[in-house]
Amino acid sequence: MDKRNMLMQIRGLTVNYGAINALNDVFIDIEKGEIISVIGANGAGKSTFLKTITGIVKARAGSIELEGKNIHGLRPDRIVRLGVTMVPEGRRVFPDLSVKENLELGGYTLRNGALKKELFDLVLSTFPRLQERLKQHAGTLSGGEQQMLAMGRALMGNPKLLLLDEPSMGLSPIITREIFTLIRLINRERGISIILVEQNAHMALEHSRRTYVLENGRIVMEGKSGEIKGTKSIIDAYLGV
Amino acid sequence: MEITGYLLQQFINGLQLGAVYALIALGYTMVYGVLRLINFAHGDIFMLGAFIAYYLISKFAIPIYLVFIITMFCTAGVGYIIEKVAYKPLRGAPKISLLITAVGVSLFLEYFLSLNAIFTANYIGFPRPFEVVNYDLSLFTVTNIQILIFATTGVSLVLLYLLIYRTKQGKAMRAVSYDQEVAALMGINIDRTISFTFMVGAALAGVGGILYGIAYPQINVFMGVMPGIKSFIAAVLGGIGIIHGAVIGGFIIGISEVFVSAFLSSTFRDGVIFVILFLVLLLKPSGIFGKRIEKV
Ligand SMILES: Nc1ncnc2c1ncn2[C@@H]1O[C@H](COP(=O)(O)OP(=O)(O)OP(=O)(O)O)[C@@H](O)[C@H]1O
Ligand SMILES: [Mg+2]
Repeated sequence: MDKRNMLMQIRGLTVNYGAINALNDVFIDIEKGEIISVIGANGAGKSTFLKTITGIVKARAGSIELEGKNIHGLRPDRIVRLGVTMVPEGRRVFPDLSVKENLELGGYTLRNGALKKELFDLVLSTFPRLQERLKQHAGTLSGGEQQMLAMGRALMGNPKLLLLDEPSMGLSPIITREIFTLIRLINRERGISIILVEQNAHMALEHSRRTYVLENGRIVMEGKSGEIKGTKSIIDAYLGV
Repeated sequence: MEITGYLLQQFINGLQLGAVYALIALGYTMVYGVLRLINFAHGDIFMLGAFIAYYLISKFAIPIYLVFIITMFCTAGVGYIIEKVAYKPLRGAPKISLLITAVGVSLFLEYFLSLNAIFTANYIGFPRPFEVVNYDLSLFTVTNIQILIFATTGVSLVLLYLLIYRTKQGKAMRAVSYDQEVAALMGINIDRTISFTFMVGAALAGVGGILYGIAYPQINVFMGVMPGIKSFIAAVLGGIGIIHGAVIGGFIIGISEVFVSAFLSSTFRDGVIFVILFLVLLLKPSGIFGKRIEKV
């Protein structure tokens, strides 16, 4: 693969929680402008994988390179400033703050007022539903709106790479579809690369270019999402009717 | 008329004590907010504030506003060091380790400073920085000390409010107290925010120490123990982690204490505070303004 097009390269990532091994020798890479997905069952290590990229969880071994620079071991706030933001599992908006304040916190690292304004307008045009609810407390939003807010908040950090942890969690099929359409839109319009972690293998395979399958902390399969979708073991394990 | 005047007078005295408790309670509640820790050494920072002011006033004849500023910087520095040395190495450790460490820091400060070479364990007379003046307002009197206490507390609260709700640093403090992990994902430096919160809390406790020294001019290395506990109860009463709860709680505790001394007996003045704690824990453990109970 062309090195210059590479955004992030993760090599040999191993993470333990005390005696529990959560990730084992994981290799994943993502190109600029790409959407990749990581699918797996409960406890496969998906969230751990994203938390390790953001610096919240420290890896025991391995390296994480962002545009050729190792970011493994940096504090989470440093990593955000390098252009990696995340929408955590369960969204975790600040419930007692207004929608506007939540978005402002997403832009905490920005010094440039014009950029902040541009991103704010971008978020509101991408998620018009937030526009009408700017003053409302985030805790009173519906699940889908909270997901949009969490994504908007992450976009406010001006990311090169956006990490999404189970965006479909707890949402109806219709809202899930809407969210995934917006994920594609963000990727297309702004060229933001996206790592999508999902239990909903259908949606993940449908909306990503490449997919990694995680089982018990190990990558057991990887490839073009279209090809993975047709694999028998995947159909049996993740797409079964 | 007589009784109204007496009631009002006690109320003013209660506000005076309550203001000091409110200043201390803020530190407990803010530190709890960002670290989920009851910083038992906080009462001792209040004590340090009184001692630093004592030295500034008695050894250097400097204006009172400078006493406040220098003392606040000193206690903030001590707060910073305590956090760095004692609590920061324990990030991610079980809560109980932090709590035990806090008790250890408190005992260390009290007994180390009570050494004869340092502050000694004796009571020391706190020098009055100015002559006491009584203003007779017919129904009750106020002293210039009380005016100083109310003015200082008022200014401190306004500045704190502006800091927390109007500055970027304050926004970071609030975010960290809501959800530390997500705050980090917003690009907030968690350790720096925690340090800063300790410093602000310690500066306020320092102000409380000076005011207490001026109002009740006997100081001692153990003087922080009871006000510390009562202010902690004030913070719990208002809802731990909630800024305005600590202020209201502080005033309620101060007024209760003074009223019990005035109308019952000063023997019960400490006891009643524990009765309040008992009732809060029984009836509304999350405090007056608390919404949910945080797991510690
Ligand atoms: N803080 C922690 N302490 C100890 N073990 C943990 C911790 N976080 C996760 N684990 C364990 O690590 C493994 C991977 O967890 P992780 O949350 O990464 O899974 P996941 O794929 O995101 O699961 P889910 O689909 O349920 O969100 C699990 O066995 C989990 O129990
Ligand atoms: Mg997960």
